[in-house]
Amino acid sequence: MPLQYDLNLKDPDGTYAAIIDAHGDLTDAESAALNARLVLLLANHIGDAEVLRKAIEVARTSLGKAR
Amino acid sequence: MAHAKDRVFPHRRSADHGQPGPAHHPIVIVGAGPVGLVAALDLASKGHRTVVIDKKSNLSDGSRAICWAKRSLEIMDRLGAGQALLDKGITWKTGKVFFDTRQVYEFDLLPEAGHRMPAFINLQQYYFEHYGVEAAQQTGLIDLRWQEEVSGLTMTGDGVLLDIATPEGPYRLLADWVIAADGARSTLRRLMGLEFEGRVFQDQFLICDIKMKMDRPVERWFWFDPPFNRGRSALLHKQADDVWRLDFQVGNEADRDEEVRPENAARRVRSMLGEDIDFTFEWISLYRFQSRRLQRFRHGRVLFAGDAAHQVSPFGARGGNSGVQDADNLVWKLDLVIKGQAPDGLLDSYDAERAYAADENLLHTTRSTDFIAPKSAASRMFRDGVLALAETEPFARRLVNSGRLSVATSYDQSPLNGMDGFARGEAGAVRPGAAALDAPLDGGWLLQQIGGGFAGVWFSRERHVPEEVARGQAGLAQREVPVKALVVSQETACARYGAAGAPAYYLFRPDQHVAARWHGFDQGAVEAALDRAIAKS
Repeated sequence: MPLQYDLNLKDPDGTYAAIIDAHGDLTDAESAALNARLVLLLANHIGDAEVLRKAIEVARTSLGKAR
Repeated sequence: MAHAKDRVFPHRRSADHGQPGPAHHPIVIVGAGPVGLVAALDLASKGHRTVVIDKKSNLSDGSRAICWAKRSLEIMDRLGAGQALLDKGITWKTGKVFFDTRQVYEFDLLPEAGHRMPAFINLQQYYFEHYGVEAAQQTGLIDLRWQEEVSGLTMTGDGVLLDIATPEGPYRLLADWVIAADGARSTLRRLMGLEFEGRVFQDQFLICDIKMKMDRPVERWFWFDPPFNRGRSALLHKQADDVWRLDFQVGNEADRDEEVRPENAARRVRSMLGEDIDFTFEWISLYRFQSRRLQRFRHGRVLFAGDAAHQVSPFGARGGNSGVQDADNLVWKLDLVIKGQAPDGLLDSYDAERAYAADENLLHTTRSTDFIAPKSAASRMFRDGVLALAETEPFARRLVNSGRLSVATSYDQSPLNGMDGFARGEAGAVRPGAAALDAPLDGGWLLQQIGGGFAGVWFSRERHVPEEVARGQAGLAQREVPVKALVVSQETACARYGAAGAPAYYLFRPDQHVAARWHGFDQGAVEAALDRAIAKS
């Protein structure tokens, strides 16, 4: 299944809030560490290397760091 | 005889000394380390005389390479030194990984039953060389010249002129072929002005090989960020004779002379193993490493092998083991070219196949290094995330990378590979290009039967061999490059080669890699694959 560009969340605002809440009591360093763990867990869940490659590309492009 | 590590080899003035012109030898091997010795032994097994020169007067200084992979042991077994290595080496299969104070991961190399050789043994490099030298002396074909060094090299039209420096003055050799197995600081590479391409790492590691009686399981222990080496890594591994390999990551800026002082090294040893231990040092060495290789391993009649051709980080035991495979790949090709049975172009496939292997080894060892010694804050963040998750989440354990241990490279896309008559993915472990898998036969082993020449194996559970197959195999055995005819019907072997149901025919190269395979037998197709495997078509 290719990377989803259209909305795929049943509760978009709730999902966004859950991510923010997870960082609520964390320092910047802890936040970064949490994000790393989330990426690893979600990458494993997705499994598809092509979807991840595409997601990395889109994310870097939005940072102005396309390559 | 002196202990292997204390053996001293005197310089002996050879008959080539003091001749008016250079002495001619078909093959000169530079370097009597594991790679040079394997090359010499393999050439001797095919009837070739060699001169092997080495600038040292002793075997390997210190333990150096200590992990010998199954494929290296199989190669040494073919050359007559396998059992000695097995008897002396420490067989192991379990590795444990610790993060901070907790064990986060344990792996078993899962030694499948029915192989003559284990997945790994640990044995000091000087023992590997010691048994190699013993075997070399028994051949009567290997002229080992210690304390001699190449000081000049000139390519002639059809050979290589070497200036040799010795304690008793210089002499010259004219070689048809030169194998450069003279290690990471290769003299030949320097004399030929060849550059290494790749990465150089700044990380420093301290090896302390210590001798002590210690009642511990024979396991590889690897620590990330342990209390005794905060923010860095450490390794503990057993060798023969109660020698233990301790490897500490130390700071990039650590002072070399300070680190290797015994009292400072002893402090590190005690911090890992306890204040009350009783030990002696075997070897202390501080190293940095490089991940790089020559662009080409063949330069006319000079063939580079082992560390002289490529260097990798030590994580994964891919230095010594890949060098042994280089020699294994090179020698049968050189043999056929020298005998005029294969075109010179066959030697180009040495470069193609072993450069491919080097790239595979560089990729794995570089990834391991980046996991062990992260190069950025983000890299460390993910590394620590993997280690923390590994304790509870099975998926993360496979991401823990303390070295991906050496296995034989499959030469996928090699120009020598012939037909794959199997469906995609069917018995993929033994696809064309892959190294043969061992299997028990009645009273022996498959790899011993395949031996060191081309071999054609009819795998069939049905013991009756069809007339057409028997006739075809007899014909192939009579060719200029003969194909040894084998029939194998044992269950494990047939299962491993995808012949549990319908029979299969495999053509193996002299280095025991699969050249081509089919369900069924077609002599014409086998002959075509054979021509391709020796670069005749």
